[in-house]
Amino acid sequence: MPRRLALRATALLYLTVILLAPLAMVFYRAFQSGLEPVWQALSDPNTVHAFKITLIAAAIAVPLNTVFGVLCGLAIVRRRFRGKGLLNAFIDLPLAVSPVVIGLSLYLLYGRSGWFGPWLTAHGFQVLFALPAIVLATIFVSVPFVAREVIPTLRELGNEQEQAAATLGANRWQRFWRITLPSIRWAVIYGVVLTTARCLGEYGAVAIVSGRIEGSTETATLRVDGYLNNFNDAGAYAVSLVLATTAVLVLVAMTTIRPREGRL
Amino acid sequence: MISTYLLVIVVLPLAALLWESKKNGGHAFWQVVTSPEALSALKLTFGASFIVVLINAVLGTVTAWVLVRDDFRGKSVVNAVIDLPFALPTIVAGLTLLALYGPNSPVGVHLAFTRAGIVVALCFVTLPFVVRTVQPVLLELDVEMEEAARSLGAGRITVFRRIVLPNILPGILSGSVLALARALGEIGSLVVLTTGLLNTQVVSVFIYNKVQDGETPAAAALAMVLLGAAFILLLAVGALRFFVTRYERA
Amino acid sequence: MRRLLLFALILPVVFGSASGAAEARQSGTTVHLVAYSTPQPIMAKLITRFQHQPAGQGVSFSQSYGSSGSQARAIVAGQPADIAFLSTGLDIDTVADAGIISKTWTHAPQGGIAADSVVAFVVRPGNPKHIHTWKDLTKSGVKVVTPDPFPSGSAKWNVLAAYGQARKSGLSDKQAVQFVTKLFKNVVAQPSSGSSAASAFFSGEGDVLITYESEAYSAFAAGKQGKLVVPKPTMLIQLPMVATKSAPAAAKAFIKYVHSPKQQKIFAANGYRPVIKSVLKSPDLAGWKKKYDTGPTFRIQDKIFGGWLKVNRVWFNPDNGKMVKIERAVGGPTS
Repeated sequence: MPRRLALRATALLYLTVILLAPLAMVFYRAFQSGLEPVWQALSDPNTVHAFKITLIAAAIAVPLNTVFGVLCGLAIVRRRFRGKGLLNAFIDLPLAVSPVVIGLSLYLLYGRSGWFGPWLTAHGFQVLFALPAIVLATIFVSVPFVAREVIPTLRELGNEQEQAAATLGANRWQRFWRITLPSIRWAVIYGVVLTTARCLGEYGAVAIVSGRIEGSTETATLRVDGYLNNFNDAGAYAVSLVLATTAVLVLVAMTTIRPREGRL
Repeated sequence: MISTYLLVIVVLPLAALLWESKKNGGHAFWQVVTSPEALSALKLTFGASFIVVLINAVLGTVTAWVLVRDDFRGKSVVNAVIDLPFALPTIVAGLTLLALYGPNSPVGVHLAFTRAGIVVALCFVTLPFVVRTVQPVLLELDVEMEEAARSLGAGRITVFRRIVLPNILPGILSGSVLALARALGEIGSLVVLTTGLLNTQVVSVFIYNKVQDGETPAAAALAMVLLGAAFILLLAVGALRFFVTRYERA
Repeated sequence: MRRLLLFALILPVVFGSASGAAEARQSGTTVHLVAYSTPQPIMAKLITRFQHQPAGQGVSFSQSYGSSGSQARAIVAGQPADIAFLSTGLDIDTVADAGIISKTWTHAPQGGIAADSVVAFVVRPGNPKHIHTWKDLTKSGVKVVTPDPFPSGSAKWNVLAAYGQARKSGLSDKQAVQFVTKLFKNVVAQPSSGSSAASAFFSGEGDVLITYESEAYSAFAAGKQGKLVVPKPTMLIQLPMVATKSAPAAAKAFIKYVHSPKQQKIFAANGYRPVIKSVLKSPDLAGWKKKYDTGPTFRIQDKIFGGWLKVNRVWFNPDNGKMVKIERAVGGPTS
């Protein structure tokens, strides 16, 4: 029994030091100077706009990556083709790549002297230092999540049900909508939650490509940075508070969905 | 169609990176990568990441064990909190770690702008990986085997070493490799916590500074190194999964 | 077929938002201000005042703040900019070299400079380590915070100030470089921008921060605790505000406005030294006049430096500049 307690204590201590204390700190620091500075920061139109930009980027990235994730999962599990391992690695790559590297690569593609730079300038399109670059960066970093959830689920499920349906005369579309999709829906939802969380929290890549234009291309995470640079700690913690609360909500969602997805 | 999507979103930017890193020729590439400051950053990054992975391999396994085999009030909350690093933006994490363990620490610890601070930040971002890969394996593990071994007189440690460990080792390994890949690229939390002095500048911050300087070929060169490492690690995880499933089928 | 349709959705979404964002900026005049990391509070004040002027009616401003060097690079890489308000003439030159700003920008009134400041120290309240002079920074046990001079404009001023005061006190070039090296041995943190260095210091790191005097005043105004020490002598920091070639008339009007005596008084009352010195004679600025009376200053144009271009070549060349050698000697970043 003492061994059990010792293990439990070790685990809990580790989690408290690394996870729980920092999380509590956000809430503590945010309200340390009272409600007024928090309200001031959150009602600042530039801050509101920053949240808007973050949400827009997520609203574009999440559906795109969900569609991609499902299609990709189906292709990898159900089809045969060469280079599956490579495809797998490319899908997982955004998980392992530093966001700075992602920002740099977008710079090289869409900057004034980049690969597409001259074409974009000639046609009056602004990609870098504008919303499109933020969206592209957000999409890049959140590519893997739905795919990674769908693939193991599809593997476990097998395709007997679809085969049975095929013999009964169902066409491709019907099989997909009526059988496949419902059977993976919890995996997809779980993946969507993870994708959304990733989109909301992106910092490194957008720090390089967004231009940090207040009220225009600042995201919520950049706003935290901006407040820090202007010695406005209360503002930084206020925005962090919102982000942390969202994170907690995400955790709650994940906990509720996980058992239905068949995980623990 | 999915390959077009991947091409535009992932492959094309990385191709531009590769091109840029070779722009001044192979010799310049090596010069940058082997310069003292680059080497120092690489050493620090890989060194800190390995330490973090080791810590998480051990403590992550302990945590998974406690979550599966133990029972106590609030366990489901603890289970949920494990995923916090996936949900919380890294810059917020860096901010609070600075407040908590930095110069004005309420607990009297000053780790910011030191290597120890980097290790703590990286522990935060990589914590879930090993826990989540070991948990399902532990769940499926047949307790009867362990009980049988014990009834035959094997001590606790032997049981762990001979029965449990071989089964969870693949889980620990794949979680660790993923954690390593994640740790190598971390930037958000470290921007707040690192100083820029050679002994506390990780590669991602180094690249960031090079980009700020306008030295994009040099930044791209280091980026390729990180990318190469990430790619190798991911292929390793894939291979690991492949061998494990083969082993299980046999 | 359906897949192609799905895919076709991506393009308009991305480019629609692109043109949408571009269009939003065009209705009414918008002036794009791209500035270094810290002048946000003063710019907010000046912009609001300008917008109440006839020349500023209906003019909206988009503002971006970041480290001076990286802002310059961003402009070169295509960030929309009508006014560049950066912390060194060097960064303006970078933009000018790309053809976005006229190469004769120094011929503008006041040499294109909007306000001045000086290199100063911020120490802990009560100055427990008794730091008053440049030499004190090299005392053992003193922990210095200064930004990384390669990406940070602010740090370049700091390095040159340390070197300049050594030369002014009679040391040779070699001895002065040795002094700077000795100082950097005491540096414990070199974050990549002036404001992250300040953040680090006010979070409790180090004993003394080398920064702009104006930055210190901004921090104190925001409630940060510290004491300002202006060493003798120190370097005059000249902050250039320049319009780009394609800037609308409103941008040029704003710059002119900022040079008017009334607005120079606003600068003065917020911790920035005015370029029009006569405004300090005004009675309501008597307190500030006293604060700015801190002793001799030297400039980038002085003979020991020879201007930014020469300084950049000699000091901040990433391959063999003097700063690279110093950083290598103390184990600091060389980028």
